[in-house]
Amino acid sequence: MSEDSVKSEVEFVTFSAGDQSFSIEITQVREIRRWSPVTALPHAPNEVLGVMNLRGSVIPIYDLAARFGLGQTPENPRNVIVVAMHGGQTVGLLVEAVSEILSVSRDQIQETPDIRSEMARQSITGVIPIETGMTRVIDLGAVLHQAGRTLQ
Amino acid sequence: MGNPILDTFFEETEELLESLAEGLESMQGAEFDKEIVNSVFRAVHSIKGGAGAFKLNALVSFAHSFETVLDEVRSETLELTPQVMHTLIRSADHLTDLVDAARSGRTMPEDVSAGFLSALEACLGEGKIEAVDAWDNFEFAAVTLDIAPIEEPGEAAPEAEAASGSQAGFTIAFKPHATLYANGHEPALLFAALADLGQMTTTVDLSRLPEWDDLDPTVPHLSWTIALRTDESEIAVQEVFEFVHGLCDLVISPLADPTPPPKVEPVPVVKAAPVAPVAAAPVAAPEPSAPKAEAPTMSDRAAAAVAALKVKADKAEDAEAKAPKATLRVDLDRVDRLINAVGELIINQAMIAQRLQDMTTTRDDDLVMHIEDYRLLARDIQEGVMAIRAQPVKSLFQRMSRIVREAADATGKAAELVTSGEGTEVDKTVVERLADPLTHMIRNAVDHGLENREARAASGKPAMGTIKLSASHRSGSVIITVRDDGAGLNRPKILEIAKRKNLVPADAELSDSEIDQLLFMPGFSTAATVSNLSGRGVGLDVVRNAVTALGGRISIATTPGQGTEFTIMLPLTLAVMDGMVVTVGGQTLVVPITSIIETIRPQPSDLHRIGTDETLLSIRGRMIPVVDVARSLGFPSPDNLAAPLLLLVESESLGECALVVDGVQDQRQVVIKSLESNFGSVPGVSAATVLGDGRIALILDPDAVAGGRTAGMHMPNILSNAGRTAYANV
Repeated sequence: MSEDSVKSEVEFVTFSAGDQSFSIEITQVREIRRWSPVTALPHAPNEVLGVMNLRGSVIPIYDLAARFGLGQTPENPRNVIVVAMHGGQTVGLLVEAVSEILSVSRDQIQETPDIRSEMARQSITGVIPIETGMTRVIDLGAVLHQAGRTLQ
Repeated sequence: MGNPILDTFFEETEELLESLAEGLESMQGAEFDKEIVNSVFRAVHSIKGGAGAFKLNALVSFAHSFETVLDEVRSETLELTPQVMHTLIRSADHLTDLVDAARSGRTMPEDVSAGFLSALEACLGEGKIEAVDAWDNFEFAAVTLDIAPIEEPGEAAPEAEAASGSQAGFTIAFKPHATLYANGHEPALLFAALADLGQMTTTVDLSRLPEWDDLDPTVPHLSWTIALRTDESEIAVQEVFEFVHGLCDLVISPLADPTPPPKVEPVPVVKAAPVAPVAAAPVAAPEPSAPKAEAPTMSDRAAAAVAALKVKADKAEDAEAKAPKATLRVDLDRVDRLINAVGELIINQAMIAQRLQDMTTTRDDDLVMHIEDYRLLARDIQEGVMAIRAQPVKSLFQRMSRIVREAADATGKAAELVTSGEGTEVDKTVVERLADPLTHMIRNAVDHGLENREARAASGKPAMGTIKLSASHRSGSVIITVRDDGAGLNRPKILEIAKRKNLVPADAELSDSEIDQLLFMPGFSTAATVSNLSGRGVGLDVVRNAVTALGGRISIATTPGQGTEFTIMLPLTLAVMDGMVVTVGGQTLVVPITSIIETIRPQPSDLHRIGTDETLLSIRGRMIPVVDVARSLGFPSPDNLAAPLLLLVESESLGECALVVDGVQDQRQVVIKSLESNFGSVPGVSAATVLGDGRIALILDPDAVAGGRTAGMHMPNILSNAGRTAYANV
């Protein structure tokens, strides 16, 4: 990696789920949608709420708070779904609210400290300090992969 | 592959191979028909030509030999004995292999080709196939014009040849249209102008010249081939013909092959050439040539051109011979995108219609009518788009005759394939994904189905075994059957093997149909010795899985001593299906109509509890297991279990069983959406669809739901109730 790209700016979409701040790189985000009812899937793990129709595609919706063990996101009309792409898969993440678009240079992203929770360590690639504390950068692949494994 | 021209070549070659197989097949059946032989010859010739352009030498050399034999057949110097026919068919198979090899950049082992080559040579008797000349040899009946009007080419002034040291030059195929003469042009003047550019040899094709009495002086009958040796550029040559552009067929190509005697005539001879037409048809300048004139000859001549051009000429020729429907090659992705969009359109239409129905305040009859038109149009578009993907099973069936030949050769049995319903159209994906299972079934039919020669003779059957392959449409499904006229299934032996392999318990008593079903069990193979043909242990279970994956089913029927019939039932298209929309545990689900036998609301007295939480339904004197769909999907169970609404379904794993549902909403066509692309497979659910209100409904997989009852028991799914009971007793 060249000196330039280390210094270069990266943009993140930050949002809150289970009263914590999370973020994913903006390039992975396709759109942000209003909450609409989903169709439940049989034998699905807790964090998989079901599937919804996104202009003809069937996309699974994950409850991000439940995914990180922060309890199910309470039903609220203000909840939003962050539609994200990962490796050809389109998925929706249910979050409480989208906060802001954060522009940081790469060296501002700190590695996840050695925390005890295996799941959190694997699914969070780093943390970024922000005014109100910090935001957790999600590894979307890990989130999806583990949920998928639970289903098997 | 990255080379679009090469891609096109392979696409065209595929079509040519198809027409080759087709032609050979009709040659086999019918009387000697020159047209058919010609079409076969042309197919091989075109492949060779195209292959030459891409320097696919293995392909060229084999096609050349093949073509040589076909030419002998065509000219009736070689009799079409069954032996020769066999060689031709096998050669066509090999040609297909060579094309495949060339396509994937592999090379075929030399000795394989050598075997086929020697078989071809054997047909000709004294090894008449001369060294391959990629640039072709032309055998059209042409004569050279000389001062003496007509003379065989070979006899013409050979000493002149040496005169030319120059290799450069052009072959010019020139065929004037009637309009050329009508506009006052004169070929003689054109030739004279050409002669100024260098040394040239002119041959005129008189083959289309009719009898004097039949001669229509206003129609041109003559065409010429000119070998011009010149240092001038092609542009200079084109300039000569500038004024007759569009008034004649003109192919100018580099003088390709310097080795065959390009007869270089002294200039005076050439000058004489123009006189010839006048001599031949002195009545009028217009050169006669029947419009339906034998294009092949002309095209063959043009074939002196670069091979790429040659393919084109042959294409045109094919077009003339068959006048096929105009077709368009379209990238499959585009079609699929269109299909997706149309699916959306249908859903969108349904949503609007539903919304309109909900708006009870004002009723606008016009609007209702327009929406109805919209619905019909959307349906039309959908059908049209689906038709794009539909393909006749013909190509698939054609491949199977090769499988029969190979299997028959390998087992030493005599077998023939009889097909019917080749025109039946199925979704392209189905055609593609059916190839492997069908191949397997056909091989099985020859290997296991047919008896050996002695056994056939003993039971008074003809030595030639027959495999019947047929396709037909039946009420929204495609039925494909594979039938052999062999001995039928040996049920005691099947049961014995199944017991020996511990597929069923040793004391199991199975009904005939249950024994037949054992064939579909994983790891079952009846072949006493493992042949390289079938019996590799991957047997009919693989076939069954492939068919199930396509949303179809397979069944088996056998009559001892008369044969076995496999029936595959497939949906017409993979994109939409008819479904019954039901409610289960508060969720809307879709059940494929094809699996539903009937819906019933039984009397409480017909339901019998067995064990703690199992229920059986007695219907028409039989006991059928009742499956609580909600529970097996992990939804809250309905509270009407005492008097439930039941869907009687036929499942592969359990036979008939009854699914408990809360209610039936509707029956409609649904667009199938994959769950796997964004999520993964979900047990009990085969796919999803979008309902009229835009919400997603899951499509139930009755087999999986029914089978889910026993998931914890590690029971082979294939066993039906009797077998399962027996198993449980072990």
